[in-house]
Amino acid sequence: MTMTEDAPVVDRSPAAEPAVEPATAVAVEPEPEVLRRTTGTPRTTILAGLGALIASLSVTSLLFTELTAMSGMLAFLCVAYVIFVGVYACLLSFDEDGPAIRDRIASVLVQSLAYLLFTALVFILVFTIVRGKEALVHPNLFTEDMTTATPLDPLEMGGILHAIVGTLIQISIALTITVPLGIAAAVYLSEIPGRMGRFVRTIVEAMTALPSIVAGLFIYSALIWTQLVPKSGLAAALAISVMMLPIVIRSADVVLRLVPGNLKEASYALGAGQWRTVWHVVLPTTRSGLTTAVILGTARGIGETSPVLLTAGYTLALNANPLNEPMVSLPLAVLNFVKSPQPTMIARGFAAGVTLLVLVMILFVIARLIGGKPAGQIGKRRAKRRAQASKRDFRRIEAQHRRAAAAADQFGADPAAVVAGTSDGAGR
Amino acid sequence: MTDSTALLSPIVEPDAPEVRRKAETHRSGADLAFRGIARGAGFAVLAIMILVGGFLALRATDALKSAGWSFFTVQAWDPDAGPGNFGILSVLVGTMLIAGVAISIAIPLSIGTALYISEYAPRKLRSTLTAVIDLMAAVPSVIYGLWGFFFLQWQGIDLSKWLAKAFGGWLPFLSVEGDPNDPLATETMFTSSTFIVGIVVSLMITPIAASIMREVFSQTPMGEREGAYALGATRTGMVAMVVIPFGRGGIIGGLMLGLGRALGETIAVYMIISLVTKVQPHILENGGSSISALIASRYGDASGFGLSALMAAGLVLFLFTLIINFAAASIVSRSRSGAASDG
Repeated sequence: MTMTEDAPVVDRSPAAEPAVEPATAVAVEPEPEVLRRTTGTPRTTILAGLGALIASLSVTSLLFTELTAMSGMLAFLCVAYVIFVGVYACLLSFDEDGPAIRDRIASVLVQSLAYLLFTALVFILVFTIVRGKEALVHPNLFTEDMTTATPLDPLEMGGILHAIVGTLIQISIALTITVPLGIAAAVYLSEIPGRMGRFVRTIVEAMTALPSIVAGLFIYSALIWTQLVPKSGLAAALAISVMMLPIVIRSADVVLRLVPGNLKEASYALGAGQWRTVWHVVLPTTRSGLTTAVILGTARGIGETSPVLLTAGYTLALNANPLNEPMVSLPLAVLNFVKSPQPTMIARGFAAGVTLLVLVMILFVIARLIGGKPAGQIGKRRAKRRAQASKRDFRRIEAQHRRAAAAADQFGADPAAVVAGTSDGAGR
Repeated sequence: MTDSTALLSPIVEPDAPEVRRKAETHRSGADLAFRGIARGAGFAVLAIMILVGGFLALRATDALKSAGWSFFTVQAWDPDAGPGNFGILSVLVGTMLIAGVAISIAIPLSIGTALYISEYAPRKLRSTLTAVIDLMAAVPSVIYGLWGFFFLQWQGIDLSKWLAKAFGGWLPFLSVEGDPNDPLATETMFTSSTFIVGIVVSLMITPIAASIMREVFSQTPMGEREGAYALGATRTGMVAMVVIPFGRGGIIGGLMLGLGRALGETIAVYMIISLVTKVQPHILENGGSSISALIASRYGDASGFGLSALMAAGLVLFLFTLIINFAAASIVSRSRSGAASDG
């Protein structure tokens, strides 16, 4: 940005010196000053890019078809890319200096890395959706389980209802365990500091490193192998909880620590106790952050396959009872469907994958809509409700004031002493 | 002067010795109940976590005790045949190789993407790209597994073949047993390999690492950026001299978190790889292993002792990711990254 101001000064300096002699000044003056463009891409760069692109494509085609025995699309792209960067640097060197060339090459490298990643990521999503489309167009996919269809049956029969129901039940159980426990523990970490709190925080941080398969193995050998709990939805939900709990606590702890100290201090200064401060200041302030933490934890828990693989068992039938009998969830259904050699089963697997993806995306979008607001900012509707509540408080205090005044009249005491200063701050 | 001292003296020297007010906290019933509940939740979480860790360690000691050091030197996995017949050498090497491939692809990809989003991308695109990266970090691994199993495994043959032909000669880990130039060789030689799994896992961990790096890069103090520009730096010069040194902690921390995920990744590995329990150093070739894939495929028919052996393997994996996560956390917290900007 500063360069815009610098450039003209440098250009003008030879003209400024001989200002004493009018003749030279006139000779320099008519040449209109050309401002250096600092935004956008210069034309030479664009042309160099196009030239390098054409050159690299032609050279690579020549290499692949005539000169060497290389083959394959990916190899072609790799070689073409290397040649492109080389030729581009070469072409730029005709009208740019060293630092500028390095700048252009570095931005080409950074941009191509980013585009490569985004292409790959979008491709993964599109690939899943395209392969799942075949099965997704049949509405029976969402209304039937697999008991009515064998792997050889067409897509008009059978569905993944059992997996959808299983996922919802398992994640609900996991959420009932992790949300209260996780948020209460996070509140403990941030509100009651001390050596114990630090120890708990360290242990929780350590447990976020627990690989999900090991969480599954724990539930499998502690509960299922010892025959305390059968392979069921409950066991799967417990395994998911063990995995989700540290994630939820950690992200909730981060959010809670962001509450501005002066908000809490204001609350204490008004005479509120710790509980009232947490309930009326800390939690409402961090509501959007906590919700985001929970939702992102949920998205993680829904997609987790490995703990479920070890603990849920496998069934083709709809089972809404988490305590007994195996219960399939969406990721587990994907895994088992695509193991089958039958194309229809693979299509169903992809359709289940798309359903899972859609669930995760919905959760993610909700999290983005709620979250993103820093601590302390509130939405319109909540602001309205707050205003109403504070008006109610004001009326209540006024009434108290009047009552006190009436009492004072009766007993002859000074009314101002009874309700000193309550009415002026209350309206805010 | 004298007036004022005369006025002040009764205040400064009180008749009675001052009684210091004791600062006491009087907690109401609600506060006490709240503290009790919060503390209870904290202890409950602690108990659960210690239970998990303790149980793992306890059950694992069975196998570790009877196997001794052979647990770390034996390649095969047959716990029921007794000590000396099972060990994690091959699966540990397999895990490292997969994570190694994944992280070496993720390093350039994630740094490039994070820099692109925070420095090079058009301003309007930035929030969208950030959302895409965050979303991809939340996509279940089974989706990545599907893509790897049905697409990359087959389309990647060309790339593997080319790498084997071009570099297999002088880089031993890229070589394959058998002749890569043999046109009649079966194509499945290059499927289900460590390399393919590594690519899939790298795509899984890159969004996680890139998202952390972008966060840190975007906190680079504006004053330092402008200072670099004022000294005549190009954009790349500014990025190399200001943004990257500032974000170094974030880069290392993000990559290590990604590495932790790569080591523990199960489903994508389990779907794609054909599990062999011998050290397979040729990453392009069919066959490979990882601790998590071993657990996922062997838990079902394991005896009590077999489960204990799997627990021991899981414990080793857990300790590995634990060390990496703590190292990442301490690097991120010690670096300047994320410090309040004074510019």
